[in-house]
Amino acid sequence: MINLFVSAIVFGTVILYGALGEILTEKAGNLNLGVPGIMYLGGIAGLASAFAYESAVAEPVGVVCLIITFVAAFLASALGGLIYSFLTITLRANQNVTGLTLTIFGGGVANFFGGALNTLAGGVGQISIAATSAAYRTSIPGMGTGNWFCQIFLSHGFMVYLALVLAIALHVFLNKTRTGLNLRAVGENPATADAAGINVTKYKYFATCIGAGISGMGGLFYTVDYIKGTWASEGTIEALGWLAVALVIFASWKSLNAIWGAYLFGFLTWLYLYVPQLRTMLIGALNLDQDALQILNLTRSSQELFKMLPYLATILVLVVVSLRKKRENQPPAHLGLHYFREER
Amino acid sequence: MSSVHTVREPLIRISKRSGMPVWKSWLIRLAAVLVALLLSGLFILSVTGLNPIKVYVAMFEGALGTTRKTWFTIRDTMMLLCISIGLAPAFKMKFWNIGAEGQVLVGGIATAGLMIYLGDGSISTPALLVLMAVVSLLAGALWGIIPAVFKARWGTNETLFTLMMNYVAIQLTSYCVALWENPFGSNTVGVINRQTKVGWFPEVFGQNFGLNVIIVLVLTVGMYVYLKYSKQGYEITVLGESENTARYAGMKPGGVIIRTMAISGAICGLAGFIAVAGASHTISTSTAGGQGFTAIIVAWLAKFNTFVMLLISFILAFLQKGAMEIASQFKLNDFASNVITGIILFCIIASEFFINYRMVLRKRKEAEHK
Repeated sequence: MINLFVSAIVFGTVILYGALGEILTEKAGNLNLGVPGIMYLGGIAGLASAFAYESAVAEPVGVVCLIITFVAAFLASALGGLIYSFLTITLRANQNVTGLTLTIFGGGVANFFGGALNTLAGGVGQISIAATSAAYRTSIPGMGTGNWFCQIFLSHGFMVYLALVLAIALHVFLNKTRTGLNLRAVGENPATADAAGINVTKYKYFATCIGAGISGMGGLFYTVDYIKGTWASEGTIEALGWLAVALVIFASWKSLNAIWGAYLFGFLTWLYLYVPQLRTMLIGALNLDQDALQILNLTRSSQELFKMLPYLATILVLVVVSLRKKRENQPPAHLGLHYFREER
Repeated sequence: MSSVHTVREPLIRISKRSGMPVWKSWLIRLAAVLVALLLSGLFILSVTGLNPIKVYVAMFEGALGTTRKTWFTIRDTMMLLCISIGLAPAFKMKFWNIGAEGQVLVGGIATAGLMIYLGDGSISTPALLVLMAVVSLLAGALWGIIPAVFKARWGTNETLFTLMMNYVAIQLTSYCVALWENPFGSNTVGVINRQTKVGWFPEVFGQNFGLNVIIVLVLTVGMYVYLKYSKQGYEITVLGESENTARYAGMKPGGVIIRTMAISGAICGLAGFIAVAGASHTISTSTAGGQGFTAIIVAWLAKFNTFVMLLISFILAFLQKGAMEIASQFKLNDFASNVITGIILFCIIASEFFINYRMVLRKRKEAEHK
């Protein structure tokens, strides 16, 4: 059962990065549906740079691996954000359409190079970036075998904790600083912000590009840590990217909510693996017959139904949020619309 | 003088165009596609070192080289077009139906299920085809109505609701695939009724995909007329422009939303029926294959004109097929097509700016006078 919580946190971290970046972007009024594409770009840039470095150097140094992959992933994703920003902010294209195109493009680029990397490395799943992966997976010694608390919360690589720091930092930035206030003003009412002397275009550009960079970290974490430095072009990152977009709504645009939301999504995603154990525990606890609760004895097909849970949970939250209509849970007022000074 | 703050007039001023001749706007779009091909050529050249012209020739051969290949391109065009037609009314109403992927899948599941359970010959193929079409329409409509009802009653965000419905549909498909797998343990359904061909589209004019073309072309014309000349189409347009205006004119936005999404979902469900009964004869989670997302862009770029959608769908299907050909010929990988598609779409999206706005250069003298 401890494993369930461990994998929930690791899974949650991937989408937490994606969601944090998207929160920053959406707070500036840009609904970027290109998150899956951006996470793809971050993932492949990290993987490719690590692969290039490790094949060029005989004895790769862990710290250098970290810096190279970090910079590469951030730049590649921010570049994706820049394309989106240029089209939607400067050229005033429709945000949803541009975002979806970015998803197609990012997925294409990443899988194209991912496939090429696989071929270079001699077959699927043969990419070896052992040093980088090890560097990312370094945890505090002894925690993996300690008591349950250490195993669940303290046995991860540093990216898991970085995501938490980032979530708190984003909360402080948005709610306690002048720049954060300006950013939110741009997302709520750009005309007013403009009149108050805030450079709307600049804020939107920076928020979207940096947000994309943060989202891309999710892709990086996924490739180098979560799947240990391989590339599989099955569209997994795409599903994760959409989950990250859903998480933004789930957390009602609050980065602190996103933390537990992400872990909850992770929990629901992996729950199906542990349902049979749950059944045994329930039977033991309630003194039931050995044949009871057959419904929890999952077959390969009913497992698939269980995997719907995170999506159903998101739908439920969407409905509840719209029913309650609390003002602080609403999206930024100008989300998804472009701002053109002369069109007022 | 130097201490006085002067506001610098920007070098380029952007203003909205009042209008542009149709031929001129199409010229701009054509230029955008050419720029895109140039950019993609640079991409191919820099990554692979292959001669882009050769690659483009190979693409052309891959998509239209033989009659057989041409028909595959047509089949894919019709599939993409069908989904785009389904999305058109929803998007014209500014209802962001990102859920076409799921609506196609449930239509496909319904079709595949009927093919399997009624495939023993107890019902004749024409009757079965009609039954499958109706059930897939209903399944798609149901998938579209669920988010529409919540949107209409409580204003629930439809973009994310429909997006999540995709994944529910994908898991439902995985469930059915595991349930119907054939042979056992393969985790694929395999070609359904391979011997008997019960429930397969019959050949029309000696062509396997003749019926696909007929159904989709009828829909193309039908949707064009519906959106442009019917009262309901008018309601959709008004609601899309302004909900308050629609309310003021006595329309009931909720009813229009639900009705339109039922139509939208139903046509996407029908696309699933065509994909299963008329093309692949099997069902898998990749039956929709991301086309539900691509179709959104098709519908939007065509400004909901179904005939323009036909053109854009063809271009995209052509690219897809062409890219698959170069992938096998030059040992590249399939995803090159997505890269090229992305570049072309980016360019077309960008070109809309030059159609809607014009840039006015600052007149130097005038600025100095101030």
